[in-house]
Amino acid sequence: MTETPHAAGPEIEVRGLYKSFGDNEVLKGIDLEIRRGEVVCVIGPSGSGKSTLLRCVNLLEEPTKGQVFVGGTELTDPDVDIDAVRRRIGMVFQQFNLFPHLTVTDNLTLPQRRVLRRGKTEAAKVAAENLSRVGLSEKADAYPASLSGGQQQRVAIARALSMGPEVMLFDEPTSALDPELVGDVLAVMRMLADEGMTMMVVTHEMTFAREVADRVVFMDGGVIVEDGTPAQVITAPTNARTRHFLSRLLDPAMAEVEEETPEQPR
Amino acid sequence: MTGTDVQLQPRKKGMTRSQKRGLSRGAQYVLFVAAVVVFALTADWGRLKNQFAQWDIAKQMFPDVITMALKNTVLYTLSGFVVGLALGMLIALMRLSSVGPYRWVAGIYIEIFRGLPALLIFIFIGVAVPLAFPGTEIVGGTYGKVALALGLVAAAYMAETIRAGIQAVPKGQLEAARSLGFSPARAMISIVIPQAFRIILPPLTNELVLLFKDSSLVLFLGVTLEERELSKYGRDLASQTANSTPILVAGLCYLLVTIPLGFVVRRMEAKAQEAVK
Repeated sequence: MTETPHAAGPEIEVRGLYKSFGDNEVLKGIDLEIRRGEVVCVIGPSGSGKSTLLRCVNLLEEPTKGQVFVGGTELTDPDVDIDAVRRRIGMVFQQFNLFPHLTVTDNLTLPQRRVLRRGKTEAAKVAAENLSRVGLSEKADAYPASLSGGQQQRVAIARALSMGPEVMLFDEPTSALDPELVGDVLAVMRMLADEGMTMMVVTHEMTFAREVADRVVFMDGGVIVEDGTPAQVITAPTNARTRHFLSRLLDPAMAEVEEETPEQPR
Repeated sequence: MTGTDVQLQPRKKGMTRSQKRGLSRGAQYVLFVAAVVVFALTADWGRLKNQFAQWDIAKQMFPDVITMALKNTVLYTLSGFVVGLALGMLIALMRLSSVGPYRWVAGIYIEIFRGLPALLIFIFIGVAVPLAFPGTEIVGGTYGKVALALGLVAAAYMAETIRAGIQAVPKGQLEAARSLGFSPARAMISIVIPQAFRIILPPLTNELVLLFKDSSLVLFLGVTLEERELSKYGRDLASQTANSTPILVAGLCYLLVTIPLGFVVRRMEAKAQEAVK
């Protein structure tokens, strides 16, 4: 599953990251490396700081302390051109955040034209390619409001891909979707993973994490509790907090049974 | 009001709720009809017709009332609106700035110009400024003065409207734009402001209606004959002819614009309501 090509250095590197909102310390010293082509799922209970960590990786949240590197560039350097770095980092949000006043195609072309200064025809070509990758070519002229949540999220992924990112960040991409729409979005993400995209995914989808991720990171209380292969972290967690979290997530009715080991996948 | 359910309900003080309601409504109708009848009988219709509906006086107002007076009213309004919109946008962005002094200056401006009567601003521009700075000439003559005076007043209201509109755009929109590599200014111009304007189109149109009426304050600037707008023109003709018909005609000209605009605003508001659902 892991096809890491001669990584010169980690694609994403987080060193000693702290983040506080007022008196509330959300991240308490995070160290994390993600190699090129690696798919890392970040799991953990709500309030564990996993979304904040992800948002720190493209500096949507300003870290209180610590360093973030993407593709060798330090984002936490005060002199960095943050807009230039962000062009290399695609981000997908829980609430899709498509631009409602633009058609699907314009959602994909406007950022290319305004930010990358691509010409009209080139931007349109890239947009059409990425729309077809997510299977929504027929919705090119639709407005976001007329699409289902799953379709909106796939357009959002296509919009991020149109910028040609080296890294994709996913912030609970399926949490706002009706259960029957989750599959299409996960299929697109699986396709990206297979193509070798470097991905950091905050998610509650354990099946996706088990089957697609190279590594799973379990966070709780602002620290990384466990970090390893899906088999290690999801199937045979060593830490009591991980076990507790997984047992509640996989079988809410058995929440109190600490000894319960989640069933073996495949 | 029908007798059937009356019998089913326990009788309280002799009348049911629906009977009381019917009686109250009936009484209001009677009062209204009585007022109309009394007015119709006591009013001096001949005199009213003489004062307000002199056909030949009305006729001699055309086409000037449209080609000059209404045209000038529209011109004054639009130029004031444009100045107000530009200045209001600037002040709204200052108000939302992370730089303290910008926010304070914007806040002070809004408080002052919302707190002063528009008439005072007109007098200030028309009288005080030329006296205080002799030799200075406001660009565009009367048109420039009106655009400035109306714009200064409108900017204060529009700034607050625009600020509210910008803040009503979900935070995720700015985040999505920034994550795609838009600079803060570009994200504002390409993503946030277009959405803000959709939200504030109805209140901005309302502001246009208010400005349309406030343009009558040009009366106090001292304008040439050709620069007269509806109110001044109507008043001048009323005193020339010693008749109120020109006032009525001028009033109708205002309504010709304000009523359709008001209709458009209500349509937009209803549409926006629908979009939310």
